[in-house]
Amino acid sequence: MNIHTPIRLTPAETALVETYTAQVGDLPGDGAVTVTRDRLLNDIKTSGLPTRRVEAWHYTDLRTLLRNVPAPLAAAPSLATIAPLVEGAQVLPVLHGAVDAATSIDGVEVASFADSLVNGTAAAGLAALDKDDAIGKINGSLVRDGYSIAIPAGSTVEAPIELQALHGAGQVHTRFPVTFGAGSRATFIERHRSATGEAALVSSISDIMLEEGAEAVWIILQEQGAEDTHLGQVRVKFGTDSKLRLFVINAGGKLVRQELRIDVDGEGSELTLRGVNLLGGETHTDVTLVLGHNVPNTNSTEIFRNVVFDRARGVFQGMIRVAPDAQKTDAKMACNTLLLTDDGEFSVKPELEIFADDVICGHGATVSDIDNNHLYYLQSRGIPENKARAMLVNAFVAEVVEELEDEKLVEALEGVISAWLEKHA
Amino acid sequence: MLEIKNLHARIAEDGTEIIRGLNLTVKAGEVAAIMGPNGSGKSTLSYILSGREDYEVTEGDILYNGESILDLDPAERASKGIFLAFQYPVEIPGVATMQFLKVAMNEQRKARGEEELTTPDFIRRVKEAAAELKIDPAMLRRPLNVGFSGGEKKRAEILQMALLEPKLCILDETDSGLDIDALKIVADGVNALKSPDRAVIVITHYQRLLEYIVPDTVHVLYKGQVIRSGDKDLALELEANGYADIIGKAA
Repeated sequence: MNIHTPIRLTPAETALVETYTAQVGDLPGDGAVTVTRDRLLNDIKTSGLPTRRVEAWHYTDLRTLLRNVPAPLAAAPSLATIAPLVEGAQVLPVLHGAVDAATSIDGVEVASFADSLVNGTAAAGLAALDKDDAIGKINGSLVRDGYSIAIPAGSTVEAPIELQALHGAGQVHTRFPVTFGAGSRATFIERHRSATGEAALVSSISDIMLEEGAEAVWIILQEQGAEDTHLGQVRVKFGTDSKLRLFVINAGGKLVRQELRIDVDGEGSELTLRGVNLLGGETHTDVTLVLGHNVPNTNSTEIFRNVVFDRARGVFQGMIRVAPDAQKTDAKMACNTLLLTDDGEFSVKPELEIFADDVICGHGATVSDIDNNHLYYLQSRGIPENKARAMLVNAFVAEVVEELEDEKLVEALEGVISAWLEKHA
Repeated sequence: MLEIKNLHARIAEDGTEIIRGLNLTVKAGEVAAIMGPNGSGKSTLSYILSGREDYEVTEGDILYNGESILDLDPAERASKGIFLAFQYPVEIPGVATMQFLKVAMNEQRKARGEEELTTPDFIRRVKEAAAELKIDPAMLRRPLNVGFSGGEKKRAEILQMALLEPKLCILDETDSGLDIDALKIVADGVNALKSPDRAVIVITHYQRLLEYIVPDTVHVLYKGQVIRSGDKDLALELEANGYADIIGKAA
């Protein structure tokens, strides 16, 4: 693309530019933030959203798939929080993008992200990760608020913290920088959900920093409405000897891209990534992982289980890069799909780029239907076919959920999965 | 209880005929042994009785308590009391054994219009039945049949049978892969279920199992037909002389 021949913007691109133009006056931020926002927006304006010709977006042609972007509401809809996923969790409400900075959690530092936009400390983090980072550009130019959270060094937060993001029609752009101090432990549930079922564009970036020896559990539960576009991104930086269990469940949305951009920069650190994609209706759901093992002696395992009903389409891209001096890296990735209809589709692109020579890296992908022998066995014990099918689909995804160990969490997520299957199977 | 009349059946996929005009009657309270050389159709018969879709009945009928069951699917047959203990039970990862047992018992009860079991009642029944069969409770905490040894799988099948209380029990080569101690435990489990309103069909290659589960009738299956029937002495005769004699006479 030549900068002298501007592209013709699609309706969605036009809407993004118009949203920015209309809001730029009251988007929070100091001069540095505004300069960054301008630059990001200008990128979208001059090069457009990525198409299938961009490798990272090959299976999710955002320019074509994002047909329109709803205009932001003049006034935010009035929404109320719902019960947390896990009983006893501490809820940080994000109601149509608006946070409640007065919410306090014992032993945790919570502030409004808008504050760091206003005072300019957020400016550096607002930049896109690379030229193809469309989510970073959209979110960076339009983000209004979110929570900045710090778990103090050495502390353990027992009850899970739920970032409860509910939205109505329009647009919501939020960001959550979370720092786990040295040796701290905490569990977060990042929950995205449509409150009204009306179409919305949601972009959300979680910026996770694990300091030395921190141990974190981070769960993303995406249950957007059938008309929603959800653009999610998680950025993770690992400190020495830190551990993260990252769990992603996609169970909604019309057009979904969930990016996991992870840098393992601390020796002795460990990533356990698990995901379940429940795809039904006309959804297009893409999970893209870019994982860099950048230092020696780190481990990671990645397992995704996908279930495809109706005319749903799914994508999993898993890129693992092992840097030249990242010896003794141990990384294993698997992506298993249960394709239950002829019209469903799932594309898997595992990629390993290994520049070190003393590593263990592997990946595997399978696509299958329900095993008829399993079905017959259950039926022969008196379990009717539809119930037997549901049990087998449930079993296929339950295996990865059970790895979460925390019983309450496992039970809650299994509940989400069964409820989804009952509705779609 | 069971009446099989001139049954012809084939493999649905390729049309190979396996059962070729089979007749067999089993009465309530009876223990019937079905013996026969490899490939005579013994396992196929058990699958067809249980309603496996891979086989097609082309002629004849199967009457269970006087009614044809050909149009019933496997779950419906199970709810009516037909149980097949498999020769090779499948492993199903992700399905917890206890959950499976509970769903199976309650679905059958629902189909029969009975009350579902309460959780304490269910657990008590499983514990008792498992103890009888010397099943380690740790086994029940594993996913269904996953990582079970051959002997454990067979015992788990008999456990299911004891819990589901079927009226027609079909044991397909339940003795294969069992050592003598396990064989006795399994046989005791089956004998404990014997009752005047229940029939048992024992499919086996060998006389050995029949020393522990004594049959009232013995039927020799060959090329998809019952070519000879008799009492338990027929099994001894087969053990002594092999199948060649009987096959020769029938031909």
